[in-house]
Amino acid sequence: METNAHFARKDILGLEDLSAEEILTVLDVARSFREVSEREVKKVPTLRGQTVINLFYEPSTRTRTSFELAAKRLSADVVNFTVSESSAVKGETLIDTARNIESMHSDIIVVRHPVSGAPQLLARAVKSSVINAGDGAHEHPSQGLLDLFTIKEHKGKFEGIKVLIVGDISHSRVARSDIYGMTKLGIEVTVCGPPTFIPVEIGKMGVRVTCDFDEALAETDVIMMLRIQKERQHGGLYPSVKEYARFFGLNRDRLSRAKSDVLIMHPGPVNRGVEISPEIADCTQSLILEQVSNGVAVRMALLYLLSRGAYGKAAH
Amino acid sequence: MEKLLIKGAHVLDPSRGIDAVMDLLIENGHIAALGPPGSLVAEETLDAHGKRVVPGFVDMHTHLREPGYEYKETIRTGTAAAAAGGFTSVACMANTQPVNDNRTVTEYILEKARLEGSANVYPIGAVSKGLRGEELAEIGEMAEAGIVAISDDGQPVRDSHLMRRALEYASMFGLPVISHCEDKSLCPGGVMNESFVSTELGLNPMPNACEEVMVARDILLAELTRSRLHVAHVSTAGSIHLVRDAKRRGVPVTCEVTPHHLFLTDEAVRSFDTATKVNPPLRTAADGAALREGLRDGTIDAIATDHAPHEQSSKELDFSMAPFGLIGLETAFPLCFRLVKEGVLTLPQLIAKMTIEPARILSIPKGSFAIGSDADLTILDLEKSYAIDVGKFRSRSRNCPFGGWEVQGKVVCTLLAGRIVYEAENAREHSVQAARSSQCLP
Repeated sequence: METNAHFARKDILGLEDLSAEEILTVLDVARSFREVSEREVKKVPTLRGQTVINLFYEPSTRTRTSFELAAKRLSADVVNFTVSESSAVKGETLIDTARNIESMHSDIIVVRHPVSGAPQLLARAVKSSVINAGDGAHEHPSQGLLDLFTIKEHKGKFEGIKVLIVGDISHSRVARSDIYGMTKLGIEVTVCGPPTFIPVEIGKMGVRVTCDFDEALAETDVIMMLRIQKERQHGGLYPSVKEYARFFGLNRDRLSRAKSDVLIMHPGPVNRGVEISPEIADCTQSLILEQVSNGVAVRMALLYLLSRGAYGKAAH
Repeated sequence: MEKLLIKGAHVLDPSRGIDAVMDLLIENGHIAALGPPGSLVAEETLDAHGKRVVPGFVDMHTHLREPGYEYKETIRTGTAAAAAGGFTSVACMANTQPVNDNRTVTEYILEKARLEGSANVYPIGAVSKGLRGEELAEIGEMAEAGIVAISDDGQPVRDSHLMRRALEYASMFGLPVISHCEDKSLCPGGVMNESFVSTELGLNPMPNACEEVMVARDILLAELTRSRLHVAHVSTAGSIHLVRDAKRRGVPVTCEVTPHHLFLTDEAVRSFDTATKVNPPLRTAADGAALREGLRDGTIDAIATDHAPHEQSSKELDFSMAPFGLIGLETAFPLCFRLVKEGVLTLPQLIAKMTIEPARILSIPKGSFAIGSDADLTILDLEKSYAIDVGKFRSRSRNCPFGGWEVQGKVVCTLLAGRIVYEAENAREHSVQAARSSQCLP
């Protein structure tokens, strides 16, 4: 693999930090890696001899597996390190844990943490590269990148595309990374949900805000449905799942009023029958599973670019 | 008879309207006389030409952490930090372990301070037993032992009826109730100000209203009971509005502001530095402007530090798990001196808000050079610029977000009852010249 694009970073903590050029570089590299996953022998020697640690402070199957596969397909050694909340409560600080892990000579640490800013703390404390695999309600950059990758595959461009993000914007790290990445590439973003799900002053991030799903639906090219994250709510944000689905669920009736070529995306895992009805999740316009496949390619690109950028060594 | 003459300094005592170059005579640890340069004599002299001499600062909101949290701060280290910041009197909050909700703890704190303190310590008693907000603590017994106010700081009294009774009961002993105003039900899991910054960072927000709701309630209860309320660490424009309005109506309410709410905004949280995690949270620039207006028009009576030490390991946790609080005793004056340069306050007004005003709220005989009072004083070099060096702090803790800040105005020497309890490095060569240093400097 050769790319001339400049990508000299130690860490990938969020799409807020990345320039449009850097984002496009990741997407270009991901495109060439996607082919690796389609081969009979799904492996290249790019990261041979490097150690990737998946440090997960939150349960996650999809993202952890995706990073693990990405690292393995690049021939890196991967260790999954799941930290129970209880050991954190017992008093070992995040920084202590990270220093311990680094003593095992890790090259890249992939971290998922329930609190915003934890990857930033970590990145300052360790020499290894750090990839944020989701921090609190802050950022989930690899998800944002794979969403962009998927849109590009189908629409062929970003400029002027209209994306509608629907759901619990307040508690969504996906929404924030999507907004940073999409607005940088010229996508017009609208966020939609009940006011209890819309954080203050979000319009300053360069998005339109609405509570009227039906009105917003008509003009949109891509609908991004967010999972209703019950575990992060402090109560009183919506009266019932039934009522939420009535006003903000994507069903056949609503879809019939959208553009005929509208694309449906969801970062998963899907609450079928809540934010999205089962038949819609599986319809031809749904890109939900394709997002998952693309996720591996995007994460391969991130690992590759960091392993090159941080240590200045050519992978091939 | 032991005499010490502070010579040639510009003496500033807002409580007595003194603002002139004078000599100040200390006799047996008390202020004995003030007079024109050359009018007073003593064997021992301290030459303070070019310096300001002010009454020792009074901090009405400090956490000394002892008993129970000696790994964060002790009475010894906390009062050493106070002395280094020019404070000669500190009022310490009740959230120790055990809680200062009975006379035994009050007496322990006072005795420890007498033995080890570099500053006068005035304990603040709890409002409720164990800070649980259920039943009143033994306020009267603690008053006899020496508390100067009551407060459940950090655990605001949720029950409005209990708050009413606390105000009424405390008034019998002339004690103000100090209220940390926060309706915690309005900010579940909150760790920072609610604003565009919290939206971008995805941290659980604490809106201005969660402070203001309780400021409003407590003002109404103070009005109902005609009892003295002191609102701790006001941080929002809305709180200023409420207090200003209440004062106009004649409600017996006072309030304080911290340096960090004046000189930092929630933008500082973008660093995810846990030293910026504080309660009330750092607010917006608009709130900062309202606080300045509150200082200017007298709505805000006092500047207090809310010095809240925490051990390093607890601040190495992630942002949500790290405790609230930052230390402020050793940075308060040089930060607040910026208010004079900004034109918000005159120097006498600033000194009043750090001396006589908090002393009046707590009814303690401090913050003034009244003849016969304890010779607690602070010598300032207002020309001196320097960078804040957290590594040199006397406090046991280091949770300070001001490290590296360039400031002007340095505390060069602090005297407690006529005895030097702090002297800045190199102060001897550059500023305070002691004529007979072996005798006057311990």
